[in-house]
Amino acid sequence: MVTMDDYKDGETEWCPGCGNFNILEAVKRSLVGLGKKPHEVLMVSGIGQSGKLPHYLKCNTFNSLHGRTLPPATGAKVANPELTVIAVGGDGDSYGEGGNHFIHAIRRNPDITLIAHDNQIYGLTKGQASPTSELGMKTKVQTHGVLHTPFNPLAVAISLDCPFVARGFAGDVEHLSSLITQAISHKGFSLVDVLQPCVTFNKLNTYKWYRDRVYKMEYNGHDPANRMAAFEKALEWGDRIPTGVFYKRDSETFESKLDILKKGPLIKDQYDSAKMDSVFENFS
Amino acid sequence: MVRDGFYVYGNQFYLSRVRGGHNYFQIRVSDHPVYALDEKIDILVALDTQTIPEHIDEVKEGFVLADESIVGDNVDEKIISVPFTEISKDVSGKKLFSNTVAVGAVFGLLCYDLATLKRFLSETFKRKGDEVVEKNIKAAQAGYDYVKNGKFEGICNYNLSPQPTNRRILINGNDSVGVGALAAGVQFLSAYPMTPSTGVMTRVAAHADDFNAVVEQAEDEIAAINMAIGASFAGVRAMTTTSGGGFCLMTEGLGLAGITETPVVIFLGQRPGPATGLPTMTEQGDLNFVLHAAQGEFPRCVLAPRTAKDAFNQTIRAFDIADKYQIPVLILSDQHLADGLFTYERFDTSDLKINRHLLEDRFVGSDYQRYTITESGISPRAIPGQNGALVVADSDEHNEAGHIDQTTGNRIRMNEKRLRKVDGLTDEMQMPAIHGIDGADISLIGWGSTYGPLAEAVDILNRDEVSINLIHFSDIYPFSHDTVSLLDGLNTTICVENNATGQFARLLRAELGFEVSKKMLRYDGLPFTPQSVIRELKGMGVI
Repeated sequence: MVTMDDYKDGETEWCPGCGNFNILEAVKRSLVGLGKKPHEVLMVSGIGQSGKLPHYLKCNTFNSLHGRTLPPATGAKVANPELTVIAVGGDGDSYGEGGNHFIHAIRRNPDITLIAHDNQIYGLTKGQASPTSELGMKTKVQTHGVLHTPFNPLAVAISLDCPFVARGFAGDVEHLSSLITQAISHKGFSLVDVLQPCVTFNKLNTYKWYRDRVYKMEYNGHDPANRMAAFEKALEWGDRIPTGVFYKRDSETFESKLDILKKGPLIKDQYDSAKMDSVFENFS
Repeated sequence: MVRDGFYVYGNQFYLSRVRGGHNYFQIRVSDHPVYALDEKIDILVALDTQTIPEHIDEVKEGFVLADESIVGDNVDEKIISVPFTEISKDVSGKKLFSNTVAVGAVFGLLCYDLATLKRFLSETFKRKGDEVVEKNIKAAQAGYDYVKNGKFEGICNYNLSPQPTNRRILINGNDSVGVGALAAGVQFLSAYPMTPSTGVMTRVAAHADDFNAVVEQAEDEIAAINMAIGASFAGVRAMTTTSGGGFCLMTEGLGLAGITETPVVIFLGQRPGPATGLPTMTEQGDLNFVLHAAQGEFPRCVLAPRTAKDAFNQTIRAFDIADKYQIPVLILSDQHLADGLFTYERFDTSDLKINRHLLEDRFVGSDYQRYTITESGISPRAIPGQNGALVVADSDEHNEAGHIDQTTGNRIRMNEKRLRKVDGLTDEMQMPAIHGIDGADISLIGWGSTYGPLAEAVDILNRDEVSINLIHFSDIYPFSHDTVSLLDGLNTTICVENNATGQFARLLRAELGFEVSKKMLRYDGLPFTPQSVIRELKGMGVI
């Protein structure tokens, strides 16, 4: 049986009170709950405080570049679909630097879960605006306040018909863990956007700020099969902020569309140089 | 003609547009192997009005075949006006077969037996049905008869008779890289299309299902290299293909492969830059770039194939070196090689063995560490999940376990571990090829796709008793140990490059402290020809 101890690893470098602790805890609980052994899991992270998460967890890890979580995660998943592949990145990682990959990973639809630590600020570089920062929020760089409309990852994902779109709150580990569990279990690309207070640099979106606003859609009669309703919910932001599963649908994953993978993972393929004869036929 | 035992070399010149413009294809036919174009044209087939004014001067002792409508006002005794379109309409009712008429006319002009062409047309158009095959054959015959038996009877003075031979292959540089990758067991190729590299991706895609390989068109070159790195990390041979502009976007990922020690093969088909440059022409302008691309310092290997066959062999080697040293390996080609068609005996793959240089299961345990410090610098490599092992890789500086470690002692150890791999890598590198006479007064030094024209220039000059040879590099970086002693033994050296600044000459100076005597640089977007090299040598006053 897999236990929490199986996933224990190392000391963290996060600030006390950081939302990352709860996300780490939620991920561990999900993996244990799903009975995944550490060697069956591959975590691909980006760069930022979120990117360190796999280092505090025992599993296969590829800590990639800033913004580049999804391409290596996709490549690894195709090479070995038996791995449970989870990508973790921040809001800058997932929606700024990696914005193009975010869009196209949803279109491509590998069976990967993206956990986006969305703290609406850049932590590692010490407090600049992120793609999801609130309009008008002042920083040392955005001295006149944020001028750009915040990126809405959920609305974008739903518009692209992403098979699983959810939002959790780092202040509610149990709920977050249930969302991550559903996301990992759901076939296809799954997005879990996590509202995560940055206690050091984001003085606006604090634990209290979120707690005053978040509510769980599942107690509110939201039907995740209804894409239009999901889109409406994704636009709701202000005094009330919905969390839970916005949208889900059954889908054919990228790997399942690749017929050759039906024969088994590419990594188990046996090389046969005799096949070359048919190739040279093309040139004679 | 390849089937009839001739050696054919061809190359194309085209513009960056989907259709139209003045595009042309040049073919050279010989009874001995040829690896370059000749500037002297024997038969010019003009299919557009620009061809005659632009190329008639290149036809020294030969003929121009053209439709009446293309001949227009051009007057020259070399021009043979053949009504391609009218003949096509006569035999088929359509203009569509004009090109086949033209091919028939060329064969007529050569007094060459039509049997092989007819067989080829039958095979090529079989899928389109008997009627199409028949019309093509009729069109070819009619074009042939018009030139051979009509008013031009007796004009041909070529003696080309088929030679019985093994079935040879006609293959270009890009296809050879693609076929080499398949032979090496590539299982994942992610790329963004870019001229002149796309043919590699297309070739691998054509056979991907048979070879259990996945070819994925990425959203951009950043994704392309990072996907390949991810697939490689998970355990398969992976590559990406691009040209200079796309490689600009890949440099971040190149460094990722460097620090995570993930094998990846990068094919770069050069074209003249900067930026969009001349998309469909040729240049060797990205050498400096590939040598220095990416953040920081890490071992890399650069191979620049000389010919299509070398491209095949070097691609197989690239995958082996990448796996063995856990480094990025760059295959540096260019449009000249990409589109250059070469004739060979079928490449021998019977002895091909693949070594993935991975740890066997019995050596992989729960205490596995991805970056174990070793004397060779090569850390035994397992793949994620193998035998229950955890594989941890990090783009941050990391410790032996793969976890982020920013301490200075660790940094020194890891840096030195990675860089120690250069020693073994250098031992693997091959010496340059030497072509022509030994101990020559003049040595041309070249690299990559210039081999064909340079070797032929040396052959021509050697026949004229000029004391010249060619030292030609395909392994570009790092250099083989004995390179400097070879170079130091040369007399006058002339570094010949398809770029404007002499990047390879600079590399010789930087790496080996070797200074070439002179440089011959061509940077008009076109490849060298044997004749252009000889002209330049005369202009330089060295011959």
